[in-house]
Amino acid sequence: MKQRFSVFSLLRGGLSRQLGWQPQWRKAEPKASYDAIIIGGGGHGLGTAYYLASEHGLTNIAVVEKGWIGGGNTGRNTTIIRSNYLFNESSALYDHSVKLWESLSQVLNYNVMFSPRGVMMLAHTVHDIQVAKRHIHANRCNGVDNEWLEPEQAQEFCPPLNISRNIRYPVLGAALQRRGGTARHDAVAWGYARAASDLGVDIIENCEVTAIRRDAAGAIAGIDTTRGAIATKKVGVVAAGNTSVVMQMAGVKLPLESYPLQALVSEPVKPAFPCVVMSNTIHAYISQSDKGELVIGAGTDAYTSYTQRGALHINMHTLDAICELFPMFRRMRMMRNWGGIVDVTPDRSPIIAKTPVRGLYVNCGWGTGGFKATPGSANVFAHTIAHDEPHPINAPFTIERFRDGFLIDEAAAAAVAH
Amino acid sequence: MLILDCPYCGKRPEIEFAYAGQAHLVRPRDPATLDDTAWGQYLYMRTNTKGIHAERWRHARGCGRFFNALRDTTTDTFTAFYPIGTQPPAAGGSGA
Repeated sequence: MKQRFSVFSLLRGGLSRQLGWQPQWRKAEPKASYDAIIIGGGGHGLGTAYYLASEHGLTNIAVVEKGWIGGGNTGRNTTIIRSNYLFNESSALYDHSVKLWESLSQVLNYNVMFSPRGVMMLAHTVHDIQVAKRHIHANRCNGVDNEWLEPEQAQEFCPPLNISRNIRYPVLGAALQRRGGTARHDAVAWGYARAASDLGVDIIENCEVTAIRRDAAGAIAGIDTTRGAIATKKVGVVAAGNTSVVMQMAGVKLPLESYPLQALVSEPVKPAFPCVVMSNTIHAYISQSDKGELVIGAGTDAYTSYTQRGALHINMHTLDAICELFPMFRRMRMMRNWGGIVDVTPDRSPIIAKTPVRGLYVNCGWGTGGFKATPGSANVFAHTIAHDEPHPINAPFTIERFRDGFLIDEAAAAAVAH
Repeated sequence: MLILDCPYCGKRPEIEFAYAGQAHLVRPRDPATLDDTAWGQYLYMRTNTKGIHAERWRHARGCGRFFNALRDTTTDTFTAFYPIGTQPPAAGGSGA
C-alpha cells in the first residue's frame, strides 16, 4: 500500500510530473475499542505508537489528536538535537535519542533531514566556563562527545561569531557537541505517522479527549472524545503543555506548569550559518534551516499560560543577543514568530512513567527541550506501556521522585538557563 | 506585553514585574510532622489551571511589593488584582 521512497521512486515521480503521490497515512475513523490509545499526535505520541506497533506487536492502537498531527510543539520548536546533559540519567535518555536519530530516516524510509552539524554552547562568564567544562567531563565519562573550544576555535567552527572582547557578553569559549544538530520537525511527525499507519495504527485527527473513564476498580476503561466514546484498557498521555488538563480528567495531579516558549524565523537567505549556536546566559538559540531561514529560539515567558503566544519583549531580548554575537545579521528581517506551550517540571527533567491509575501512563515535562528527545522518549515510553513497567532508561523519570527527593536536577545543573 | 494594575502604583507594563507563581499556597505550619507525600505536594504540585488562575506578582522594578491577580490563562486577560493576604474577589470581579 505504502509507496517506498528511493532514488528511483523520486525519479519516477519527477517523470510523471509529481502527480502520482498518494497520502502518506490513512485518515482513520475511531473504532469502538482499541488495545491502547495514545493521547497527543505530536512527534512523541506518534513515535510511541510506531514503536508499540513495530517493537511490541501492538497494532490495534490509535493516536487521538485534538488538532492536526505535529501542530503543537513538534511544529513550534527550533529543532535542536543534542545529548550533552549533566546527569547520568539524562545523558542516557538523550543519547539513546541521538542514536535513534542517526538512523531514523533509514528506519522510517522517510527523510527526517537529520543534520549532525554540531551544537556549540557559548560561555560568557567564568561561571559559564566552569559549568561547561563540568558538563564536558561528565559527558565524556558517559560516552557522550563534548569538547571545549577556545574563542578562536569557536570562531573557526562558526565564522560569523563575534569574539570581540568589547561586547556586553564576550565569548570566553564554547562547548561543542559534534554529533548534535537539527532535523526537520514536520518530517519527524509525518515519518512516524506514515510508518505507524502502515503497521495498522489509526491516526485520528480533530478528536479532542473530553473525559477519561475508569472502571469500578479504578483502572482505565476508555475515553470520551468529541468524536464519540472509545473503550480501551491502556491510555498513554503525551499532551505536552496540556498534560495537566488531560491528567486531571483521570484525577491525577502532576508537578507541572505550562509556559509559553517563543521562536521566530527570518526571511530565507543563502547558506550562511554552518552549525547550531546556543547561548544560555543571554537566551539565544540559532541555526539555519535547509530552506535558508534563520531559526531563532528565545527563553520562556515569565508566566504560565495556554495561549500559544508570548510577549514581544522576550523576542527583542533574544534578537539583541543575536545581533551582538552575529553582527552580520543586524539588517536581517524577521518573517514570523510564534509560541508553543511547554510543560515544565520543578527539576526540568521529564516524567515518563506509570501513574497511580492502572492502565494510565504519562510522558510529559519535556519543558523547553522535548524535540531532541522525540525518538528516545517514544521508544522507552512504548516499552513502558507494552510491558507495564519502565525501560531501564526511563526508570528514574518517575512522578514519585518529587515525593522521594530523587530529583534529576538539570535545572540546577543549568544545561539550559531556565 | 501584559499591563498589570499594581494595587499600589497603578497600571504598569509587564517588564516592571516579576511573576511569583500560584497564589494562596499555604506553607505547612509544622513541616516536620508531614509525611513525604504531603511535603512533596506542598513543594511541587501545582494546579496549572487552564482558565482563571490565581497568581502572585511582585512589582520588582517599582514599589517592590507583592500582590495577587486573577488571570485567564487561555487569553492572558486579567480579571482582578487584590492585595496579599486577601481572598480573590468573586467571579466577575472588577479590575483591569
